Amino acid sequence: MSLLQISDLSLSIGHTQVLHNISMDINAGEILGVIGESGSGKSMTAFASMQLLPERATCSGKIMLSGKDVLSLSERDLCRMRGNDVGMVFQEPMTALNPVKNIGDQVAETIRIHEPNVSKKDALQRAREALNRCELSEDRFPLTRYPHEMSGGQRQRVVIAMAIARHPKLLIADEPTTALDVTTQAEILELLIKLVREDGMGLMMITHDLAVVADMADRIVIMKEGHIVEQGETKALFASMSHPYTKALFQASSHQPERNAEIKETPLLEVKNVSRDYSLPRKKLFAPAGHFRAVNGVSFEIKRGESLGLVGESGCGKSTLTRAILGLEAVQEGEVLLDGAPVLNNRSVRRKLQVVFQDPYGSFNPRWKVRRLISEPFYLLDHPPKGIELEKALDEALISVGLSPSDKDKYIHEFSGGQRQRIAIARAIIIRPDLILLDEAVSALDVSVRAQVLDLLAELSKSYGLTYLFISHDLSVVRNITDRVLVMKGGEIVEQGETHQVFDQPSHPYTKKLINAAPKLPEDLKDIA
Amino acid sequence: MLRYFIKKIQSLALSLLVASLVIFVAVEVVPGDPASFMLGINAQPETIAALREQLGLNVSLWERYFTWLTGMLQGDFGTSYTYRTPVAEMIQDRMVISLPLAVYALVLSTLIAFPAGILAATKRGSATDTSVMGVTQLGIAIPNFWFAMLMVVVFAINLRWFSAGGFPRGGWGDSFADYMAAMKALTLPAIALALPQASILARVMRSSLLDTLTEDYIRTARAKGLSKRQTLWRHALRNALIPVLTIIGLQFAFLLAGGIIIEKIFFLPGLGQLIFQAITQRDLIVVESVVMLLVFAVIIVNFTVDLAYGLADPRLRSGK
Repeated sequence: MSLLQISDLSLSIGHTQVLHNISMDINAGEILGVIGESGSGKSMTAFASMQLLPERATCSGKIMLSGKDVLSLSERDLCRMRGNDVGMVFQEPMTALNPVKNIGDQVAETIRIHEPNVSKKDALQRAREALNRCELSEDRFPLTRYPHEMSGGQRQRVVIAMAIARHPKLLIADEPTTALDVTTQAEILELLIKLVREDGMGLMMITHDLAVVADMADRIVIMKEGHIVEQGETKALFASMSHPYTKALFQASSHQPERNAEIKETPLLEVKNVSRDYSLPRKKLFAPAGHFRAVNGVSFEIKRGESLGLVGESGCGKSTLTRAILGLEAVQEGEVLLDGAPVLNNRSVRRKLQVVFQDPYGSFNPRWKVRRLISEPFYLLDHPPKGIELEKALDEALISVGLSPSDKDKYIHEFSGGQRQRIAIARAIIIRPDLILLDEAVSALDVSVRAQVLDLLAELSKSYGLTYLFISHDLSVVRNITDRVLVMKGGEIVEQGETHQVFDQPSHPYTKKLINAAPKLPEDLKDIA
Repeated sequence: MLRYFIKKIQSLALSLLVASLVIFVAVEVVPGDPASFMLGINAQPETIAALREQLGLNVSLWERYFTWLTGMLQGDFGTSYTYRTPVAEMIQDRMVISLPLAVYALVLSTLIAFPAGILAATKRGSATDTSVMGVTQLGIAIPNFWFAMLMVVVFAINLRWFSAGGFPRGGWGDSFADYMAAMKALTLPAIALALPQASILARVMRSSLLDTLTEDYIRTARAKGLSKRQTLWRHALRNALIPVLTIIGLQFAFLLAGGIIIEKIFFLPGLGQLIFQAITQRDLIVVESVVMLLVFAVIIVNFTVDLAYGLADPRLRSGK
């Protein structure tokens, strides 16, 4: 009998149907990959299995978890089931832990809530064992540590320790590595596989990234808009790919936009020996503040028409460098030149430079219409267009990013994530800049939307002669869209060169580590796609 | 925690010093010599000079600041120009009423606000929530002096449960009966002061708790097997407390001297009345001292709130 058996499950939240008659099962010791884009209902399937649904949700169908009919259990029995029969790991490790309780108490709580007779001392002892199993050693991570004293990957290990403390039969992991760096992601995936093998647990691994599950899942379920479009053994499913959506997902994940922009020899942006310090908090009231060097002696240049990638993990100084290039902050050493002139406090230079940020939801003022949002960069011009001229510019910008001129009188909440990112690009190109900084600009997008946006960027670079600086932690994207790449670590550039050369023959050990850690689709499957 | 404490003590001392300087300079640079003011316009220059010497006004500004400051540290606030009695004594007489009144009102306000705010947040959108929100809206909108008069009419004049005003002549007295009589005299004023504060506090508690209940770690706690109630008590409440503590700190400082209208209605000789009289009689030294005392109270309360933050949130302790 299956460990978890979901049959004909439908779920509505209010009047919206989120899941349509889905059926799947997981056996003990098995890893099931559930793949889908945002809104596919993959997380809701997990929450339905735990019965941790939003208030107005109603379920029909059947969910059997180790012989119990989950949908007919009382709230009291559900509390006994959660954490005991099934554990859950979430996407955002930074916020998944209570900031005011230490990690020992939080892990021990899982034990004490289900075994009220266990003494606090014994519960803490077992919490220690669970943390040890998650490779958080006692000397570096005593039970008295607080979450804010740990990194994202370490916090995710604590969340996993909480989930497995009672040795549940099933573990549900909802995008457990999406918010983490590639090397940390690889470690967490390895840990999950180890725990599954040791305890003979079933694992439901929810992700949007095919490559993450390709070499770990025994079986795969592919979801779209609340339906299961295809499921089966991983190898067989990848080999046949009977559903067009599965194929489309595959193609999008390894999508390579066609690029044929002309690269000129003249440098457009020159970053010369730039260093950037941040002040640390004073240790004593009148003590001098210390400094932290976030970027240390970085030099590089971008040629006109070129697309340059900047990769590195969180905390490597990418964002600080971006802010320095944009002239948002003064640098302590060195200089940033655009077309030979300094960027800082220089409006005539600044207008040649625009930026697209990561978060398509947070980077717009929700009370402005699209018209005002995308015409804002015009303030950089001495004589901004007015009247018909302005309308023409707005229409052209919207059309060039694949939207319609009628969209300019809408508000930002009326658009999807992908459309918003198009609007962000329209805002960047409207004053015809020379250089666009793309700061994780496609990281928050689903693979199919990401492929479209990458195509759009390639097209625009040709038609407007744009130069890109592509800042990302996602190696596959950088590989597909850049000519040259810089690898950054600890505030310094450790390797740079032609993209294909750096990826195929990395010379620095850190680059090698990054490339090895990045999840890849199996080579033979790529050919099928 | 010790380092956090020491850091806070340092900034406490510094703020007090700066505050004393600002108050002293502000009062001293105001034109008008207290001695000539006290003796009237027909006074002889020699008399004024004699009084200036008596009041210690004939030395330099710095010297006077230093005398004032060291005096205050020893509990000597100078002598009132109008009443010719030590300011410290006057303040002490008033504090015996004002301080217990403020504490009483604050305790009442917290006792009302916490359950109301928690209840409204956990039953969001229900009839309970709507009623709590409605009542607190009224509590904020209705002026407390109107409410005070209403209570006098109902509880003092009609029901005769409490007296309509005043404070026992013997103060807090020695016996339990004296103590109860004093408490009884402060009850209606404390309720009148507490109600608007409780309304504000309940709303802050509700919204802070609602924010906390949507946090990811609440979902994590539920996934561990905690019931809704356990999640509330073990995880949500402590995290929701920081904004609530801030408001409590602000309210206490306000209650200490802000209750002048209530003091008037209930004929309570409190700090509010004292400062009001001192201002109308140009008794600058009393004004100076009471203001300094209030600043001191505000700073001490903020300091306590800061320490409470540190207890509630380990992130603040480590300064991150």
